[in-house]
Amino acid sequence: MPTARTRFRTRVAAATAAALSLALVAGCGGDSTGAASKDGKVTITMGLFGVMGLKETGLLEKYMKENPNVTIKADIAADEQTYYGALQTRLAAGSGLKDIQGIEVNRARELADTLAPRFVDLGEEEGTDHFLPWKAGQVTSKDGKVIGLGTDIGPMAVCYRKDMFEKAGLPTDREKVAELWKGDWKKYVEVGKDFKKNYEGGKKVAYMDSSTGLFNAQIYGNSEYFYGKDGELVYRDSPVVKEAWDTAVDAAQSGLTAELRQFQDGWDPGLSNSTFATTVCPAWMLAHISEKAGEANKGKWDVAEAPKGANWGGSFLGVMETSPVKEEAVKLVKWLTAPEQQEHVFAEIGNFPSSRTALESDTVKNAKSAYFSDAPIGEIFGKAAAEIPGDQVLGPKDGTIKDTFSQGLQLVESQGKSPAEAWRTTDERIRKAVG
Amino acid sequence: MATSALAPAGRQSRRALLHRLDLKAAPYAYVAPFFVVFAAFSFYPLVHTSWISLNEVNLLTLDDKTWVGLDNYTALLKDAQFWNALANTFTIGVISTVPQLLMALGLAHLLNYKLRGSLFFRVASITPYATSIGAAALVFTMLFERDFGMINWFLGIFGVENIDWEAQKWPAQLAISSIVVWRWTGYNALLYLAAMQAVPKDLYEAAAIDGASRWQQFTKVTVPGIRATVVFTVVLSTIGATQLFGEPLIFGKGPNGVSGGADNQYQTLGLLLYQEGWRNFRMGQAAAVAWAMFLLLVLILVLQRVLASLASRASSPQGGRR
Repeated sequence: MPTARTRFRTRVAAATAAALSLALVAGCGGDSTGAASKDGKVTITMGLFGVMGLKETGLLEKYMKENPNVTIKADIAADEQTYYGALQTRLAAGSGLKDIQGIEVNRARELADTLAPRFVDLGEEEGTDHFLPWKAGQVTSKDGKVIGLGTDIGPMAVCYRKDMFEKAGLPTDREKVAELWKGDWKKYVEVGKDFKKNYEGGKKVAYMDSSTGLFNAQIYGNSEYFYGKDGELVYRDSPVVKEAWDTAVDAAQSGLTAELRQFQDGWDPGLSNSTFATTVCPAWMLAHISEKAGEANKGKWDVAEAPKGANWGGSFLGVMETSPVKEEAVKLVKWLTAPEQQEHVFAEIGNFPSSRTALESDTVKNAKSAYFSDAPIGEIFGKAAAEIPGDQVLGPKDGTIKDTFSQGLQLVESQGKSPAEAWRTTDERIRKAVG
Repeated sequence: MATSALAPAGRQSRRALLHRLDLKAAPYAYVAPFFVVFAAFSFYPLVHTSWISLNEVNLLTLDDKTWVGLDNYTALLKDAQFWNALANTFTIGVISTVPQLLMALGLAHLLNYKLRGSLFFRVASITPYATSIGAAALVFTMLFERDFGMINWFLGIFGVENIDWEAQKWPAQLAISSIVVWRWTGYNALLYLAAMQAVPKDLYEAAAIDGASRWQQFTKVTVPGIRATVVFTVVLSTIGATQLFGEPLIFGKGPNGVSGGADNQYQTLGLLLYQEGWRNFRMGQAAAVAWAMFLLLVLILVLQRVLASLASRASSPQGGRR
């Protein structure tokens, strides 16, 4: 229990931190927690990021309609990094937090390890045993507290352009395409070399968008990559990381990539102007691709199984201990993450359910994507989800380490550094960042 | 009698006291609000930052401090990334400040002529300054985009291959500088213009009678006439350049914004501070960077004063040693 004095000190320290960060924190004001008023009306506030699909698919509206006494205010940050930065500052200050906060899987370990007492334990809640067992494990603290309930997961596939594959003399049928690289990401790169050699389409087209997506896809298919079972850093000697690095470097040095940075400027116009033929795509990326590539490219994209099953991303919803409307907030979180709602989000925008019950439903199993040439995405991603190792080890700095590796690959891809030098720089940076 | 004589005297002395108080104390009362705010929002953070910089502090647990003395500073001096950021801050500062002030001088000179619709041009030149950093930087980032940006498209007309503005060092620094130049040139031009209008007209007339050309009038009358303002803008833009943060952050986007490019090729001191504090959570190290920036500014400004006074002594015959 923090005493009034330490709380004051925290506030002073946080105020200084805020003053230091100047403009950044200036944008983080606004009303925070909700409140229960006397007439039974309840306001619940939520802090979300990216496209989690809760507001976008009308779920919040629906809940408010079914519960007229509840008003939900959701604040959505486009970029998860910015969101997490602000969340950090608020957690440190102990003020400005929403009632419900979204948690990205890369941050889950850090929050569960260091700040679990700030979150309500959702492990004992009734009717929350429908999740994939490893999903809850990702947000369980050392003393067994579950700080969030899962929304979606990110099983991976490869999205590819049928028309471009045809121009390179490759098969276009999704099963035959999957057969090309089955079982090994190295084969995916080899197919790229063929693609580059044989592509006859006039305008220059790259085989894939960036080498970092390929790197992520490979490491996220394993149970251990950056951290070992006991929380020690193992990336330096991990054969998994080394192999993923080598394959990604090979792709970069063979000129197979468009040298784009995913989710940044250039990537979106790359999609709409068709400058690359494939991208490694977790389920949640489909919505982004169809939106940015636009109507003009409808039916040209397709989805094939990835060489190996892997999980990239996925999120949770946690309830803050400081919330004055804890009970109602927990109720809302349970409802939002219930199988029916997960099915709804999947059907609307493709975020893949983390609920076992939802995964087994017909809505999910038989789902097809009209934009992606009627690809059976329910089946493809469901199969990938089943291959995801259940004992995946997360670490507190997963997000930072991933970003640092992405930059390391850019050193090779866009800056012409030698792979050995880029690896050394990456290693140095990670040591510094992890402290 | 005595009382009636005393009363006005007492009132008088009280009035005199009030008068003295008004003279001596009132100015302090008038400036107090500023200094109270300054103490709360500038001085206290400054002192607290220096305290943090002597400790090891994690952003997540700001209460747990471990005293490390000057370790953060020695680590900083040994850190290649710090020297890299320092060099970048310097080069970006130079390639943004120098053209900016020269262009502002030229612009002000043109605006000083009798122009039709001069008010329009004056307002137009200040609009970039009124644009937020975020909006300006976002638009420039789109212009400098590699594959579909307007600048590469334009250069492409002349057969120049697409330049990867973000990934390469000098193009990136140039692009960031262009944002700064665009935003601040008009502002400085208006400052110069105001100063130019205060230069007495008869000086120009006298110069014209002596046969000075327009250019000579500009260099011999105008520029010396607005010298104080020039010094002021140099100081102001030096401070701005040292604290450069928003433009490179937005230009780089996402993780590359914070690190100033994959190779830190355009990371400024401001970005390094942010990366240490809010990405690596090392608040102590971040505070040390903040203090390094502060000391650097003090050093530059002192140097500037010394150079300026040396220059003025050399140019004025009374002060010279010859």
